[in-house]
This record gives sequence, structure tokens and C-alpha cells, in this order.
Amino acid sequence: MAIKVIKPGLSTTVQDLGRPGYYHIGIPVSGGMDRLALKCANLLVGNKEGAAVLEAVFMGPELQFTEDAVVAVTGAELPPLVNGEPRETWTSFKVKKGQTLSFGFLKKGARAYIAISGGIDVPVVLGSRSTYALGALGGFKGRKLDVGDRLPVGKGRVVKEGRRIPEKLRRSPGAPAELRMVPGLYWHRITEAAGKQFFSDTWKVAPEADRIGYRFRGGKPLDFVPREQPFGAGSDPSNIVDACYPYGSIQVPGGTEPIVLHRDAVSGGGYFMVGTVISADMDLIGQLQPHTPARFVEVTMAQALKARNDQTKLYDKIKSSL
Amino acid sequence: MAQLLSPLPGTFYRRPAPDKPVYKNDGDKVAKGDVVGLIEVMKSFTEVKADAAGRIKFIAENEEPVMAGQPLADIG
Repeated sequence: MAIKVIKPGLSTTVQDLGRPGYYHIGIPVSGGMDRLALKCANLLVGNKEGAAVLEAVFMGPELQFTEDAVVAVTGAELPPLVNGEPRETWTSFKVKKGQTLSFGFLKKGARAYIAISGGIDVPVVLGSRSTYALGALGGFKGRKLDVGDRLPVGKGRVVKEGRRIPEKLRRSPGAPAELRMVPGLYWHRITEAAGKQFFSDTWKVAPEADRIGYRFRGGKPLDFVPREQPFGAGSDPSNIVDACYPYGSIQVPGGTEPIVLHRDAVSGGGYFMVGTVISADMDLIGQLQPHTPARFVEVTMAQALKARNDQTKLYDKIKSSL
Repeated sequence: MAQLLSPLPGTFYRRPAPDKPVYKNDGDKVAKGDVVGLIEVMKSFTEVKADAAGRIKFIAENEEPVMAGQPLADIG
């Protein structure tokens, strides 16, 4: 079966759990920005948790179905409409052959995951169906959806409509969003006072934040510890000798605006990193709208690992609730 | 009277470029489909088009941060 794209939305892409294993040669992990929501959407429609879905940011697409299917929309509160009739998020529903799935205005969050029974059946590239648009790799022809595209869908299992994930098991950022981070190898580059200030400031998501990196502004510029410019590093105090950038690392070019690298990020470069957002909180970043207030909260590695464990337990609870 | 709502969250602009005049002034007549502003988000600009015909009165300011579904202007 196929799905016809009537309207693509702002930037709707095919994503699964990503393409790990190639970051060292510059190919990012890609995949859903909110992977917990992506997995939930798949479970609701009877797919394997890592099947390919559509990730719609800020604005939903309009899709016409050529066969009956079961659909679920999770992540952002982007109200689904079947032939104009409202359906609930985080709940499976039927879309019949010939019907159109569209969306109302975004109410909360940033990215909605649209899972269709059978999964989006684009070719697997380097182990994943995820779109890396900057590199024109994977997904549907390596790009975001466009008007007139016909998306191939696999054969799904027969599942009931009305399967639902209860509200208490859904995760979304607070206000302000609290992003836990472990200070990194280059923490010594900023003064003690700047370090304290970094954690006490409330930042705001910059409108240019995207799948590559989430930029924040509004906090005080960081003061650097004076140094002699090392061979191979740029002249700005925020420059280092080129290093690897981990997924989740927070670079602060010029000491002014922190950027958290996300699923489509570059893998290395010459900016110092104050630390790394913990894996358990990367999903939350994917749900931040522009201008949302956010704070960085310092945690230890032990706390980060516990948070990851808690995230796994939450997912186990979701699975057993279905 | 119809309200024109923002399709996206982002920053609202009333002019196509900083050195260009505004698309429409308060009280101007607009036709359905006329561009009346831009929303900037994720390094891209999306045109906001009138969804009704009539005289326009802006509610949102130039460079104002807006949410999806927020009223930008009255048209009627």
C-alpha cells in the first residue's frame, strides 16, 4: 500500500531509531528526536518498536490512504483529524482506504510521531530507514516529504483501534524544561563563577534550533580562564584543538549561546564543550518549541545512569500496560 | 470578522526583509491568499497567507514570538 502526500507540513521526515555505528566517519545517528514517543507510536499500531514512522515538526502533514490502516500519533499534542473528524493522540485509530489524515494546530510539544501499521517501507540505508536530509541519505529519497510523494507502507498486523497509553506514562518537558547534564572534559576552560552562572541562568530555545542542534540564548556569556592558544586551536577562547563531539554535547561558540548537538549533528570540530546532556533527557529536547525557557541541571555520571535506568523502567511499564 | 491564526510556533515578521516595507498596513484590503507576514523557525521562513478577504488589522507585533494557533490579525 502507499500513502499519498497532499501537504507535507513544515519538515516531515521518515525516522526510525537511527543509524548508530558510523558517527566516527561523520555520519550522524539520525532517527527520531523523541525516541520514547516514536517507540510508543509503533507499539500502539502493532509494529516492532523500531519500525519507520513519520516525524512531523510543529505542523502536521495531510496524507491520503490508499488502503485501510491503523494509525497512532504520539509525542507532541498535534491533534489528528480523519476526514476532518478529531481523533485522540497516544491512541490507535483506523484510517480507511480513501480517507485523509490531517492535523489541527500544535497545542503542546514540538514533534509528533505518526506510526502506521506495517511501518513506512523505504529502503534500509546503512542499517536504518531514518532520513539524514543534510547528507541526502536514507528516508524517502534522502529528504523531507513533498507534495505528491507516494510513501510505501509495509504489511501490518491486524490491531484494534482504541489502544491507548495513559497520560501518567507519557513524558514531556516541564516549564522551564530541566535538562540534566554531566560537566565535560573542557569544564576547566570556564571560570568557577561562569560555571555557577551557567546553571543558575534560565535560557530560551532559539528559533533556529533543529535536528542538528538545539541552540539556547538569554543567559550570561561565559568567562574563560586565560590560556596560551594551543597549537591547532583557533584564536577564540572557546576554540579547542579539534575533538570528537558526542551526541548530546553542549558547545558554546564564543561563550554566548549553548548548542546541544542532536540526532543529525556533526561529529567533530573546534569548539569546547561544557558538558553533555544525559541520554534520558535527549527526548525532552526534541519536544521543545522555540522561545521555551530551559535550565541546565548538573548531575553526576551515577545519577545519569540511574536516570537512563528509570527511562527503561518507564518503557517497560508502557509495554506491560498495552 | 475572521481571525488569521499562526500555522507554526516561531517569530512573526510583517515585512519580507528588514529594509523592505511591511506586506500590509492596518486597514489595507486583502484578498484570500495574499501574503501578510512570515514565520521564522528552524532557519526557514514560512509565508503566512490571508485565509479570508477583507480589511486587515494586525494583532501580533513585528518580531513577536508566536505560538501555533495564536491570532496574528483580524480580517473582515
